[in-house]
Amino acid sequence: MDNQTSAITEHRDDTGAKLGMWIFIFTELLLFGGLFLVYAVFRAKYSQDFHIAAFQLNVFMGALNTAILLISSMTVAMSVTAIQKNDKRLALLLLSITLALAGAFLFNKYLEWGGKIHHQLYPGSDVVMSLKHGQILFFGLYYFMTGLHALHIVIGMILLMYIAYSVAKGKTNQSNYVLLENGGLYWHLVDLIWIFLFPLLYLIT
Amino acid sequence: MSNSIPHNSYLDPQGNRKGILGWLLTTDHKRIGILYLICIMIFFLVGAILGGFMRLELAKPGQQIMEAQTYNGLFTVHGIIMIFMVVIPGLSAVFGNFFLPIMIGAKDVSFPKLNLLSWYIYVLGSIVAILSQFSGDGPPDTGWTFYAPYSMETTTNVIMAVVAAFILGFSSILTGLNFIVTIHRLRAKGMTWFKMPLFPWSLYATAWIQVLATPIVGITLLMVIAERTLRIGFFDPTLGGDPILFQHLFWIYSHPAVYIMILPAMGVITEIIPTFCQRKVFGYQAIVLSSLAIAGVGYLVWGHHMFTSGMSDLSRLVFSLLTFIVAIPSAIKVFNWIATMYKGSIEIRTPFLYTLSFIFQFMIGGLTGLVLGSLATDVHVHDTYFVVAHFHYIVFGGMGFAFFAAIHYWYPKMFGRMYNEKLGNIAWAILFSGFTLLYFPMFVLGMRGMPRRYFDYLPEYSTGHLISSIGAAVLIFGIFLMVYNLFRGLKTGAIAPANPWKGRTLEWTIASPPPLENFDEEPVIDAGPYDYE
Repeated sequence: MDNQTSAITEHRDDTGAKLGMWIFIFTELLLFGGLFLVYAVFRAKYSQDFHIAAFQLNVFMGALNTAILLISSMTVAMSVTAIQKNDKRLALLLLSITLALAGAFLFNKYLEWGGKIHHQLYPGSDVVMSLKHGQILFFGLYYFMTGLHALHIVIGMILLMYIAYSVAKGKTNQSNYVLLENGGLYWHLVDLIWIFLFPLLYLIT
Repeated sequence: MSNSIPHNSYLDPQGNRKGILGWLLTTDHKRIGILYLICIMIFFLVGAILGGFMRLELAKPGQQIMEAQTYNGLFTVHGIIMIFMVVIPGLSAVFGNFFLPIMIGAKDVSFPKLNLLSWYIYVLGSIVAILSQFSGDGPPDTGWTFYAPYSMETTTNVIMAVVAAFILGFSSILTGLNFIVTIHRLRAKGMTWFKMPLFPWSLYATAWIQVLATPIVGITLLMVIAERTLRIGFFDPTLGGDPILFQHLFWIYSHPAVYIMILPAMGVITEIIPTFCQRKVFGYQAIVLSSLAIAGVGYLVWGHHMFTSGMSDLSRLVFSLLTFIVAIPSAIKVFNWIATMYKGSIEIRTPFLYTLSFIFQFMIGGLTGLVLGSLATDVHVHDTYFVVAHFHYIVFGGMGFAFFAAIHYWYPKMFGRMYNEKLGNIAWAILFSGFTLLYFPMFVLGMRGMPRRYFDYLPEYSTGHLISSIGAAVLIFGIFLMVYNLFRGLKTGAIAPANPWKGRTLEWTIASPPPLENFDEEPVIDAGPYDYE
């Protein structure tokens, strides 16, 4: 059976694989879409409270993380080009830079969250619960949205590490790089969601 | 399994993975379909027996066999099992997996490994769902809808049940994704979109709903978890949240989820009718377009679940209108099915009997849906047994009976043997009468004001409840008789020919049971799927 099964599973269809990835990205966008909807509802209901609470966020940190993710999106795209030009070393280097940038993003997130938690600003804390309803919701949404996004960063990092392994092994190469392309697509998604989160949480005050 | 014609059937042990491992590690879409079939059948029987206990409790006024709180847990478990573990995966996971690739002339789905992963995720979700009943502080008692704010306040094991629903949703998304790509990429040479059989078409429409609607409930369930663990207060009014918002987000998925259940059922019915009438399906393109219309418009009708929970008059009007519009494509299908039978050479076999009762029950369920979709009448029957009856007429009388039709129709192909026709007919008659006895009185009870989910009731409702409980006993007996007949056929049934019903779609052109790679040579399509004349 092994021969026969591998004949079935190794049937290669790059267009199909990319179509699958795009559909998966739709589902991710809808997942966050639900959160954007909830954000919009409460922003409309408690615009004053959202305005006050948003001042607690560090715009510089947010902007820095935006820049980090945008650059990482560029490096992952460049690694696809590198593999198309059959430059395995460059592709691996660019993937490593992407991963390092992702790590930097998470580190900044840790500093941000850590600072807030240090000031007793976390869901359910006595300080937060004593605030007005809209401000409680703002901080709840802040942690929920950025937390879910950070989880996606972690998933994306695991995916990119696996892809880097596949590139190093030569399984992902000049003639078969759909895995890297799909990983890049996913990473752009993670970047894209942040580009929406940043203004919604940090900039609109 | 022995066969008169020896061939390399998918049921035969394959290669060096013998026995159970050959099944648990398979990437063959047919075997995965059978894995789903086994799970779904077990869960269905469990859910049905739980429903039977509910009817036993309700047979007479007052407390019979359980505490009120146990009853609350019971209807929640019954709902969670039946909705998330049986009817939502149901037809697409079992028959979609088994027959979609064959009907479009492919060797397998686009992502076979992902397909197996979906099954494992489904099993994981099911295990978590079952664990939620036995761990923590008692089984969840919110009903399968997890309505806020009660789902935030109850001390029962809601989080685990919600996690289970989330995991099961993930499985559903991956199956849908797989089917969409399969249909786009793997159709046989010559099979244009409008030469594709109608069951794959219905799966295609369903898959899009699975992909586009499930994430919304996914994020909503995550918010419920966050609310219970971190006190974020999205839906809790005491923390500034909005319980109506939960209802919106929940029904944005859960109404389309009804179409996830019913669209493949309609697809199955559309396959069976031309075969047993030996007649080309009437209005092929109208059926295709109505499937897509149901999927599209069905996305926009969720508000009709909330007519009494607080919405502006304008929104209620728009949702009511859209609800009426979504009924039109369903009615088109019913019209086409009946028109297909007209002047056909009808052969009444077990699958066709289930099909006929599907149409009958689906029409009752559909038309009473319009009563619920009208603003004035809904206020009267909202949250009564009328809703319960309507819902079961669609989901059990519709999807359930279509599932039974499908299992009888494709049984010879899947297992290479026949079931006992006479016993099949008898089981159908018992099932149909049991179903009617069980659910029809609920319409009357609901019209007279019997609220749903109540543990006890006033004496004036006792006749209806007693009839309904008797119906439940008859129905459960019928189910077991049908299952017995199907199991008996596996061992003692006559060997099935490749095409016992003289069907025209591709699955009937290959051996029964299908060989490992489905087709010896890749099929080339040059005619429509139902060219009988």
